Amino acid sequence: MLSLVCALLAVVTVNGLGVYWPSQVAEVTLADGTKFLGRMIRSEVNPDTDKMSVQFKVGNREQDPQRQDFRWIRYDAILAITYPAEVYVLERVENGDFYGYLKDTAGPDLARLSGIPVAEAFPKALGSVRSKSSEEIAPISKKLLSLGNELQKTQDKILRLTYRRDRLLADSRSGNQSRASDVDRQIAELQASSQKIKEQSDRLVGQQQLRLADLRRDAVVMTNPAGKETSIALVDIVRFHDPNAMGFWAKSRYYLSRIGELLWENPRESNTEGGLFPAIFGTVMLIFLMAIACFPLGVLAGIYLGEYAKEGFLIRLVRIAVNNLAGIPSIVYGIFGLGFFVYGVGGLLDQWFFPERVASGTPTFGTGGILWASLTLGLLTVPVVIVSTEEALQAIPRAAREGSFALGATKFQTLVRVLLPTASPGMMTGFILAMARAAGEVAPLMITGVVKLAPQMPVDGDFPFFHLDRKFMHLGFHIYDVGFQSPNVEASKPMVFVTTLLLLIIVLAMTSVAIYLRNRMRRRYQVRTI
Amino acid sequence: MNATLAIPFRTVAASSLPGEARNHSAHDDSIVQTRELCLFYGSKQALFNISMDFPRHQVTALIGPSGCGKSTLLRCLNRMNDLIDDVSITGSILLDGEEVNDPTLDVIELRRQVGMVFQKAVPFPKSIYENVAYGLRIAGIRDRRVLDEAVERSLRRSALWDEVKDRLHDSALGFSGGQHQRLCIARAIAVSPEIILMDEPCSALDPRSTTRIEDLMGELRGEYTIITVTHNMQQAARVSDFTAFLYEGSLVEFGPTKQLFTKPEKKETEDYITGRFG
Ligand SMILES: Nc1ncnc2c1ncn2[C@@H]1O[C@H](COP(=O)(O)OP(=O)(O)O)[C@@H](O)[C@H]1O
Ligand SMILES: [Mg+2]
Repeated sequence: MLSLVCALLAVVTVNGLGVYWPSQVAEVTLADGTKFLGRMIRSEVNPDTDKMSVQFKVGNREQDPQRQDFRWIRYDAILAITYPAEVYVLERVENGDFYGYLKDTAGPDLARLSGIPVAEAFPKALGSVRSKSSEEIAPISKKLLSLGNELQKTQDKILRLTYRRDRLLADSRSGNQSRASDVDRQIAELQASSQKIKEQSDRLVGQQQLRLADLRRDAVVMTNPAGKETSIALVDIVRFHDPNAMGFWAKSRYYLSRIGELLWENPRESNTEGGLFPAIFGTVMLIFLMAIACFPLGVLAGIYLGEYAKEGFLIRLVRIAVNNLAGIPSIVYGIFGLGFFVYGVGGLLDQWFFPERVASGTPTFGTGGILWASLTLGLLTVPVVIVSTEEALQAIPRAAREGSFALGATKFQTLVRVLLPTASPGMMTGFILAMARAAGEVAPLMITGVVKLAPQMPVDGDFPFFHLDRKFMHLGFHIYDVGFQSPNVEASKPMVFVTTLLLLIIVLAMTSVAIYLRNRMRRRYQVRTI
Repeated sequence: MNATLAIPFRTVAASSLPGEARNHSAHDDSIVQTRELCLFYGSKQALFNISMDFPRHQVTALIGPSGCGKSTLLRCLNRMNDLIDDVSITGSILLDGEEVNDPTLDVIELRRQVGMVFQKAVPFPKSIYENVAYGLRIAGIRDRRVLDEAVERSLRRSALWDEVKDRLHDSALGFSGGQHQRLCIARAIAVSPEIILMDEPCSALDPRSTTRIEDLMGELRGEYTIITVTHNMQQAARVSDFTAFLYEGSLVEFGPTKQLFTKPEKKETEDYITGRFG
């Protein structure tokens, strides 16, 4: 069993670490004379025919009628495989990688590069287009984003006022009529300003489009082994490399830049490319919120059960419940979370604070969000903390308590000054177990607020900075979504390995920190007699 | 500092005690008097009509076979039995004339007056300094000078100062058992109690540490009243001024140690100290 787990971990680690290493791109010549570029992935022997086939990743997705990334080639159909140093791999914003040879750079802004060899001209052209795009397009995008926020806020206000007006109109007391028309006037004003915002952003979108179209004229011309030319707009290129010519250091640098992207960027192409930052952030924040919710509660409950509760029917019942809560399938917790937190508590909050949003069917708290998901997880893990707190308190020798009482300490003083420090490593163990369990749970999240692509993060620069009602991304759910729900399963396999590895690393890192803390506490608080 | 902790116990003249009390007195000046003390764990009686006077500023040893109620009697004196559910006590215990079992008595003040050292020395998970200062701190004393002074005095008194003075702020947990026990004694002394109860303080220690603790008891008598429980007859003979022999919850014999060990009045006492049973 253990060896199986180790093997699985090894597979995940090897595959996950290898994903971003730039392997060589082969030029394959087939028996029928056609040639193509691709990365060899693996080979397989067909058990019926005893013939070997080789799988290649071929890129250039848009040129394949079936938009396939992979080709299986019979081994005996291959005439030759070479690794020309001139092969380039272009990572694009859309349609994945492009494999080909550099032919030329062309465009209105690139005339000055015409004399230079294309291998030097291409990076320069890319650089100049990028700086232009960040000068011209990025400010517009930023402006558009803030306009979008403003529009959202205005519309929220309109919604609120509309709700108020309708309430006023429904109530026929005197004075309400005139108040309603007051509100109407305000609504009209807001609508006018929202109209203005819309127009402004439409104008900006037009500008952006124009600029983009302008920039798109700067392109790189690529050829395939057959000599067919393809022109690729430079703005669409995320990164490029020439794997067959790269040395070890160049490859390492490329590798690190890919890791950097993974950790800090947003995902692209329905999550199969780009970074995982929102999912990493969501996972870590979820666990933190869970800890904040479950640790104090669990410790307090453990202290109560262990130190203060008088043994009786009710306490026995509670104890049995706590011990059995750990065995309930996590999806049941999810359903409870949905019913209790989302619909119950969230629904109530909405009714009190955002009644207009309930009426319009866009609830704020009455829908899944990171707060509810973390509380659900907290509920799932709190028994572990309770039980370990209680056990840690019970394990303290009677002499430690009596020593404190004999010096005139009260029960509370004894608890705070002697028992809790002594029990802290044990409590920490429970906490570590809770954290490890919470980090791996996906099922309860799926109905309490996780999404495959969150437009906004739960923490951002917008007041009040923490938006715990927002939906969030999560590495575990990402694995499920990318690996099993995406249309292009084969192409997303590397991402699954990478995400799995990352999740494992995060869980490992968090529990390691906790274990380190616990060992320090142990050293401080545990008796070592010689 | 003494002033902050001292409790104005009413001193009752010896003559106001019941006349028969003198029968149980082995000494003129007693600090604690028990009268007809009975203790029940649930329905099981553990002490039967114990009436004895513990002499002030002397070492009194409680001996007897295990399970005879020595610890139970000791724990009555600072009401540690309160911590156990389902204990009931009858009879009276007077500490300087004050009824210890009075439900309105401030137990916390009582325990500051009557310190206790246990068989298993478990220091608090704190530094040496904080261990000794614990009793003062929970009494609300924060003045650093007072604490420093009390810590040093207590550690000197318990013969630990020279060993630990350079690492007062290290954890107290990484020591030998003998040092732990002396630290627990220092901890008890720090609050300036009248009485120190010791429940088999040496039974978990090696011979060398035992000797040190015994020497310490000798040094502390005169300043404190010490009541110690021991399994070890030689120890009782060495360290105590008075010895009480308990058997199956009853006080069999109580008198000056020398007399009890050389000319015991009761047959059971003689059998026990000559090792014929127990
Ligand atoms: N917490 C308790 N609950 C019930 N019975 C107890 C408890 N503590 C001690 N006893 C009983 O009281 C008697 C005296 O115990 P103890 O005072 O500990 O004896 P000693 O210290 O002399 O060995 C024993 O029979 C013991 O079983
Ligand atoms: Mg005992």
